[in-house]
Amino acid sequence: MSEKKENLALTGGAAAAEALKQINPDVMPVYPITPQTPIIEVYAKMVADGEADTEMIEVESEHSAMSATVGASAAGVRAMTASSSQGILLMAEILPIASGMRLPILMLVSARAISAPINIHCDHQDMMFVRDSGWIQIFSENAQEVYDNTFIALKLAEKVRLPAMVIMDGFQTSHSVENLEILESSVAKNFAGTYQPKNYLLNFDDPKTFGPVGLPNSYFEFKRAQIEAMDGILGEIGEIFEKYGKISGRNYDVFESYKLEDAERVIVVAGSTAGTAKVAVDELREKGEKVGLLKIKLFRPFPYARIAEALKNVKKIAVLDRTVPLGSTAPLYGEIIQILCTIPNTKYTVQSCIYGLGGREIFKADIKKIFEDLSKDEVEGIKYIGLK
Amino acid sequence: MTSWKDIEEGAIIKHNTDKSPRTGDWRYMKPAVDKKSCIGCGICFSPCPEACIDYDSERKADIDYDICKGCGVCATICPQKAIKMTKN
Repeated sequence: MSEKKENLALTGGAAAAEALKQINPDVMPVYPITPQTPIIEVYAKMVADGEADTEMIEVESEHSAMSATVGASAAGVRAMTASSSQGILLMAEILPIASGMRLPILMLVSARAISAPINIHCDHQDMMFVRDSGWIQIFSENAQEVYDNTFIALKLAEKVRLPAMVIMDGFQTSHSVENLEILESSVAKNFAGTYQPKNYLLNFDDPKTFGPVGLPNSYFEFKRAQIEAMDGILGEIGEIFEKYGKISGRNYDVFESYKLEDAERVIVVAGSTAGTAKVAVDELREKGEKVGLLKIKLFRPFPYARIAEALKNVKKIAVLDRTVPLGSTAPLYGEIIQILCTIPNTKYTVQSCIYGLGGREIFKADIKKIFEDLSKDEVEGIKYIGLK
Repeated sequence: MTSWKDIEEGAIIKHNTDKSPRTGDWRYMKPAVDKKSCIGCGICFSPCPEACIDYDSERKADIDYDICKGCGVCATICPQKAIKMTKN
């Protein structure tokens, strides 16, 4: 299987597993949680069938899954895991340890709502909860992007030595079967390459201490250096996109501009809803309306300068957040407002929209309505799309 | 003072036992090996949480007091009762 470039019909979860099979990581501690389970379920079968030889560790919780992944990565191997929602919240204690120790762990995420009340469907609350954990976060629109982002995030994480999350929308992407093109196995393996850790515990020739205390005389400096590493990603990622474009024919960037050049009204959104928005944009364009889409891909680090450049000629913007802004502005809206403040002598109409909580559907008609409302000049606080 | 620009990446520092704290300084009770009773079975080696027991030149249990915190596991586990806890 997959000895040449081919088209497969796969769920987003299986697409991630297909990428993992070609990367063949050394260690993968896993714990099941809906809607992430298809990723590790499909991959565990591949390992059981001898298609990959990853050491899978079935741990007793997500806290242990992330702890074991940190241990394996510090030991000096390629270590990965996958999770979702409450699982990621349980990992939350270990996430900043992974980034603070500069471990290039890859985590596949199937984004899901957070309790209470219990809900297993998609929104981006889990990802917004851990957005300051020092991990790279890359959103994917569909199964193809999940597959591609897995390779891109792996190479990026290992280059800058920071952990990365590849995010797909729970159920909408993780469980929906889509057609995608996968790389020829040898090309994929060659792109993934062999992992060469810079510092690792099992290097007996140059013994290192991981996780020492950093008291008031050094902690501040360690954290400042980590900020620098995170900011440095924006300078490194372009080359990886370019290399991946050469082998796959799919050229990506830190965000996707869709019919943005002459757009007057623009929607900013991350994840699978971008697909719906593209269809809405196409249909409105046919009627001669100057509308466009800015699809967020790299959310952490946030590419402020590049997005400011892309939005500088747009006057009316709707920012769609799939999370609950409790006592604050919605996070993506906040980022966009912050960018626009840096552009001098302009006046923007920016509408904050909340949509799709707990898997609530968002339709093409909803997107069109957002564009239509944008043509008016007033902004009405937060707009709740599809709220009963 | 090390500037943030020169500080070790990820706080991963070169391993240096000379600079590491002497955990032996924390000790309240000290295990003493009666070398005459010790049969060199080595049973006390692996339960030691600090892994600070090894053979001496006579193949008897030998404790590294720079590291030993005096927990007393070795004294409890010794089949010959050759290790006694004494005031440090």
